[in-house]
Amino acid sequence: MLRPQPDDVSVPPGAPAQLYPLGDAAVVVQFGEGISPVTHAAIQAFGAHLAQHPFTGLRECVPAFTTLTVYYDPWLVSDGGRHPPYETVAATLRKMLAAAGAPAVAAEADLVEIPVCYGDAFGPDLEFVAHHAGLSAAEVIARHAAPEYLVHMIGFAPGFPYLGGLDARLATPRLAQPRPLVPAGTVGIAGPQTGIYSLPTPGGWQLIGRTPLRLFDAAWAAPSRLRAGQRLRFVPISAAEYARTQQHEP
Amino acid sequence: MPAPSSMSLSILHPGLLTTVQDLGRPGYQHAGVVVGGALDAGALRVANLLVGNADGAAGLEITLRGPHLRFDAGTLLALTGADLSPTLDGQPVKMNRPTWAPASAVLAFGAPRAGCRAYLAVAGGIAVAPVLGSRATYLRAGLGGWHGRALQAGDLLPVGQPLPTGQRIAAELAESRVTITQASWTPGRQLCPVPRPSPIIRAVRGPEYGQFAAASQRAFWDEPFAITAAADRMGYRLQGPALRRLTDAELLSSAVTHGTVQVPAGGQPIVLLADRQTTGGYPRLAQVITADFGALAQAAPGQALRFQEVSLVEAQALYLAQERALRALPGAIRLQLARP
Repeated sequence: MLRPQPDDVSVPPGAPAQLYPLGDAAVVVQFGEGISPVTHAAIQAFGAHLAQHPFTGLRECVPAFTTLTVYYDPWLVSDGGRHPPYETVAATLRKMLAAAGAPAVAAEADLVEIPVCYGDAFGPDLEFVAHHAGLSAAEVIARHAAPEYLVHMIGFAPGFPYLGGLDARLATPRLAQPRPLVPAGTVGIAGPQTGIYSLPTPGGWQLIGRTPLRLFDAAWAAPSRLRAGQRLRFVPISAAEYARTQQHEP
Repeated sequence: MPAPSSMSLSILHPGLLTTVQDLGRPGYQHAGVVVGGALDAGALRVANLLVGNADGAAGLEITLRGPHLRFDAGTLLALTGADLSPTLDGQPVKMNRPTWAPASAVLAFGAPRAGCRAYLAVAGGIAVAPVLGSRATYLRAGLGGWHGRALQAGDLLPVGQPLPTGQRIAAELAESRVTITQASWTPGRQLCPVPRPSPIIRAVRGPEYGQFAAASQRAFWDEPFAITAAADRMGYRLQGPALRRLTDAELLSSAVTHGTVQVPAGGQPIVLLADRQTTGGYPRLAQVITADFGALAQAAPGQALRFQEVSLVEAQALYLAQERALRALPGAIRLQLARP
């Protein structure tokens, strides 16, 4: 799955990562400019490297499409104020990046199927997305259910998967004002991304359908159904199938 | 579950929004689980130290209209953050000092006098079961705290065993153990600031600052922004001059954190708080400095905020100064206890 593709030439593997601060307790390590399996692999590899070789004061790492954000404790990394915190962390990360080398190619990940009932009340923005793309609603559904997506990361909310591989024709801008509440299971599009709301939260994505599956439950041993690196496919279902599946969900 | 002999705290009336909070659950953001925890972490840490707890013990975060609660056994407590007119058995109690509440005493609150969020620490801490390493309540996921939700009337919260320092503070305060007693000492203003309405909030530039029009950059630092009614533990939606980005290119979602100021296409900024999401796709105009998270948490809907730009070097110097003051507090408390 994680093979370089022709359109990845602008983000060559091994290109120097950029570092910049996110406030006074985090640094962003940027590995590329666009969604790409190569960039994804580099982020996964550097995250794994940091997990195996944590520096004093490392709090945690948050992977995203093109970035790994490294949270740190400014008191601990500066040894109680003896060194400048940001410069100390940035120097440590630059050293690690230089030493880490090219990421290993990941093994073929398992494929997860997510049933989705598209349109109507479950997907109030399906018509808008269709209009924006110059397609019919049925064509939007077909194009959304066709690809094998890559779970780039879990973020925004517990268990919320960000997926790479959306048909470029379906890319649609976010809403100007987020909705105050999007129901759990709702499938949305934001720019070139698609994802699934795992919990009822505010949200600004264009909503096109809903899955009856639960994506997050604090009582599960692994509380997130999905994890970064998995492959995923959407399977269109009817409202009746949605209701049947939902009955069997916890 | 607590042993039958353990101390507890009965909720008689929940107030507007009262939750169990500690310093949050770092380490699970890769699964989309936010750090969360007390919005004014400094205030919770001070409250904990005043009752001899580790600074990260769980306490209660009390929002604007406070609860009524009863201590089923004699309890050492401290209140920090917002002054919501606290009383014990009807008698006004002072903020920011160790306080002995005899068995069956009722803590209640009145009109908010300053600030938005008060913190109650009790010696031994609120002993709910940790979830993913933390007792913090994450309301949106129904996770942690007391059954993942805000407190309700009838809840009976377990209280842990006080540490030796807490026992010593209690012993010095409450010789008779039956009267309400407050310590004569309190930490300085640096650790216990009186929350001010319409505060100035210091911030550094965010990663996408340069994508905003120069006039919008100036407006962000120069103009006031009102906190709208859409304000909760996740963030505040602000109302002010519309902030214009020079490009309408969609961003790829990346990390956002407590204090991130993001601007949707509508141009009205949102400042994220502890129960924010882990990642987001709106441009990050600015980032509130950690040293001002307390002032931000104490600002209520309807108030105005002003943002003031500081450099990253200044922000980290302020962080370290605040941390140094907090880390000096346990020693100062030990000195108080050593006085003849």
